[in-house]
Amino acid sequence: MATRRLVEVYLDLLSQPCRAVHILLGCNKIPHTARTVALRRGENRTPEFTKLNPMQKVPVLEDNGFVLTESDAILKYLVTKYNVPEHWYPRQPERRARVDEYTAWHQTNTRPHAAKVFILEVLLPAQSGSPVDEVRLIRALSQLDDTLEKMESMFLGRQPFLCGDDITVADLLAVCELMQPVGGDRDVLQTHPQLQRWRSRVQAAVGDSFDRAHAVLYALRDRRKAKL
Amino acid sequence: MALELYLDLYSQPCRSVYIFAKKNNIPFDLRRLSLLDGEQYGEEFGKINMIRKAPALRDGDFCLAESIAILLYLAEKFQTPDFWYPADLQQRARVNEYLSWQHMAIRMHGSKMFWLRLLIPKVLGVEVPQDKLDAALEDLNGSLKLIEEKFLQDRPFIAGDHISLADLVAIVEVMQPVGSGLDVFEGDPS
Repeated sequence: MATRRLVEVYLDLLSQPCRAVHILLGCNKIPHTARTVALRRGENRTPEFTKLNPMQKVPVLEDNGFVLTESDAILKYLVTKYNVPEHWYPRQPERRARVDEYTAWHQTNTRPHAAKVFILEVLLPAQSGSPVDEVRLIRALSQLDDTLEKMESMFLGRQPFLCGDDITVADLLAVCELMQPVGGDRDVLQTHPQLQRWRSRVQAAVGDSFDRAHAVLYALRDRRKAKL
Repeated sequence: MALELYLDLYSQPCRSVYIFAKKNNIPFDLRRLSLLDGEQYGEEFGKINMIRKAPALRDGDFCLAESIAILLYLAEKFQTPDFWYPADLQQRARVNEYLSWQHMAIRMHGSKMFWLRLLIPKVLGVEVPQDKLDAALEDLNGSLKLIEEKFLQDRPFIAGDHISLADLVAIVEVMQPVGSGLDVFEGDPS
């Protein structure tokens, strides 16, 4: 009988969804092999990686021949396979539905709106060498602000975490997305004290796996600050 | 009080919920919403669904938005046949993978075609420039190609041999541009 390999995860810690997967793995001590795919060096476009994932995106999970993309699906797969504490993705239908509701809404709201700020402020100028498009940035920040207000009123409310009393995979996806602009030294939660307190609770709940996941992002911020 | 579903059948996510509920004989009260008439901005609807989008579900005190969440909730609550959302870990993951990907892909591109070919010119009476139509068509074709090459490949359905929620969610999106007179199936037998 062949020995089963550990689950392999292909990550770039500059990618928000990759960090969410990294934190879940670290915080629950899930045995795995981590493989780095540096997007900025085009490592997602090599023939080997393209064979693994034709969409050339991260994160990717490979479990003894079973290849899975989409952080949402990967997080749900890991919590189910590895018997982590139930609060991460509750089994009770109404509580689970709340997590599914956020993760769906996240795809078309938090994710694109927060990513856009980082893209305009850091990625595009770095790639093209041109200055930041201030007009577009202001619009993107305003759109993100609306999204943050919705997050607070529609999901967080008076709860400690987005979907209830305990941290779930929804909080991981959200927090990693909202940390991205930190790469450009911008804290988008500055004017949202409720969300800042939520972020602190998430950090406390996951312990040092938070900073470990964000180390690369912090390093990017520090390098950029040093240049100014 | 019976389960209530707030739906506008012009909307793709509403159709997937409607088809799923009907197919599985899930008892519900249909509350029709007309998004074009702005009914989702009414006060009553705001109490059920702060997100102000359709579809929305109300089951006693429990309110839920987002079609994907609603479909998964109904599948679990009404214990629908396993193939819709398989209990098997890897098959379920395949379905989740599609349901996650589609938000910013086929859902966006199919909707855009519907807006550009039908809603904007016919309902709003505004002409749409050809280059916008061409770009949108290219995006749509890109998504359709990915559905074929990655999600279907040589399988009859997205998760394997049986239909699942992934296929249901996919088909309502693929049908939307058809509503605007675009034959997406032409030249694409798979």
